Amino acid sequence: MNTPLVELTGVTRTYPGGVTALHSVDLVVEYGELSAIVGPSGSGKSTMLHLIGTLDRPSRGTVRIDGHDVASLSDRRVSALRARRIGFVFQQFHLAAGRDALGNVADGLLYTGAGRRERRRRAEAALARVGLADRLTHRPHQLSGGERQRVAIARAVAGDPPLLLADEPTGNLDSVAGLGVLELLRGLNSAGTTVLVITHDHEIAQSLPRRVSLRDGRVARDV
Amino acid sequence: MYEPSRLRLSDLARLGGYGLRSRPLRAVLSALGIAIGIAAMTAVVGISASSRAHLDRELARLGTNLLTVSPGTTMLGEPAALPDESVSMIKRIGPVLSATATGVLAEVHAYRTDRIPAAQSGGLSVLAARLDVRETVGAELDHGAWLNAATDRYPAAVLGATAAERLGDVPAVHIGGRWWTVVGVLRKVPLAPELDSAVLIGWPAATAYLGFDGHPTTVYTRSVESRVEAVRAVLAATANPAAPGEAMVSKPSEALTARRAANATFTALLLGLGAVALLVGGIGVANTMVISVLERRGEIGLRRSLGATRGQVRIQFVAESLLLSLIGGAAGVLLGCLVTGTYATTQRWPTVVPPWVLVGGVGATVVIGAIAGLYPAIRAARLAPTEALAAS
Repeated sequence: MNTPLVELTGVTRTYPGGVTALHSVDLVVEYGELSAIVGPSGSGKSTMLHLIGTLDRPSRGTVRIDGHDVASLSDRRVSALRARRIGFVFQQFHLAAGRDALGNVADGLLYTGAGRRERRRRAEAALARVGLADRLTHRPHQLSGGERQRVAIARAVAGDPPLLLADEPTGNLDSVAGLGVLELLRGLNSAGTTVLVITHDHEIAQSLPRRVSLRDGRVARDV
Repeated sequence: MYEPSRLRLSDLARLGGYGLRSRPLRAVLSALGIAIGIAAMTAVVGISASSRAHLDRELARLGTNLLTVSPGTTMLGEPAALPDESVSMIKRIGPVLSATATGVLAEVHAYRTDRIPAAQSGGLSVLAARLDVRETVGAELDHGAWLNAATDRYPAAVLGATAAERLGDVPAVHIGGRWWTVVGVLRKVPLAPELDSAVLIGWPAATAYLGFDGHPTTVYTRSVESRVEAVRAVLAATANPAAPGEAMVSKPSEALTARRAANATFTALLLGLGAVALLVGGIGVANTMVISVLERRGEIGLRRSLGATRGQVRIQFVAESLLLSLIGGAAGVLLGCLVTGTYATTQRWPTVVPPWVLVGGVGATVVIGAIAGLYPAIRAARLAPTEALAAS
């Protein structure tokens, strides 16, 4: 039997102060899926992203990534898991202002153990994959918003992680650039990467094969 | 199971560099604090080492085997005199290489012309000098000639350096109602500064023209270097066997050695001041790093999401701090050497910067950088990834 890529079982996350962001959530994401986690702000979707991305740990329940129970792993091992298995794309891009596109993407592979030349080679390939082969030496301020998000996506997939988590990837973009980014994510998915898009935008969610709707920390709908 | 991979040293250095380059002005200013501290310490040590090297060279050139004997006072407090034979008696001490003397003509003064009132003697003394005085004390001629077997019988004078300054460039000086031809001028004599303000005339001429009593007032003697202390022990008794307590023995090179010691004390004090400057520089670096960590929470969160462990975040900030203070330290050492070189050159000293200063200066910055960076780095590493990402 195949282990799913992501498996949340009875996951609850209560923050210090007593706010419970997620209530006993179960979720399974298989390899090769392209899914949306959708909900209004405060529905718990950011908490869900942090838990799936192993950036946070649940208060109760288990999170399994690629078959590994995150709770049983030390912080060092969880970091190594992130380095090799998970790519992140953020709404704010998080690009280093002083470095060109190639440097930003190559830097993303720093914690995979690849040598400098190897990192730059893979970064170049990843930038070509997102359609920015001619923008290698551009710095973030010389790029449009859509291009910046493409650089961030290139950084996330340069190490070929099976799981790509995109947190409001189109939130800072106009609709044309946003569509371009979605198209790119679809392309990556069809090449084999499992893509989870966290969004509050139902229109975007509608365009994806699977939608997990969150409301008040519970899964309201999963189609 | 996944094991985090190690960051290579070259990647770590590059990481530190990126951090500094993103805020160049701030990096330069906080490195400057370290640079000033290290430069101050390097220059202090360098200048004092150069000065010591100069004194050592001077001592080596002048020799430390010169002893002088002069009459002190009698038990009744009256000025004592050395016997006329003291020089020849001292010469008979085994390890003594040479012994010679000058004698003060107490009531006689030298004047620029015969029109100058007798009271305006200018603080210059007139000394009868044996011919071998110059060689024994190591005096060098500025110009002209030293007294010789002919001129020491006639009214001829050699001026000390200070005496020549005060009298001016004169062809003759007026001593005891007679003109004495100036045949030469001496340079400063470090081991016998009393000669600088003296007008030196021949021993026989002093006796013949000025009624010199022939009592030596300073006996100069050089001994075999290794036996100087032994000679010193018997010198007073040999010079004045009848009243050894009335003969004062001294070693002029000791004044130079004392200067060397005083120099070392002063250096320690200045070094302390430099250390304070360095400490302030270190606090500047710590401050920069704390602010940097606060500002770069987003970057910290991103790196954690990219798979950086806490340790890797920590070491990144330590590396940045180390690099910052190393740049400051290297600039400081360079600046300190430059200051030392410039100062030593204007003083005509040899430029000496001891190697331990270079090693110590850079070593100190490494320690400071590590300490200054550690606390901010620990804070950066403790930051929860979700919190760091939320901050931006």
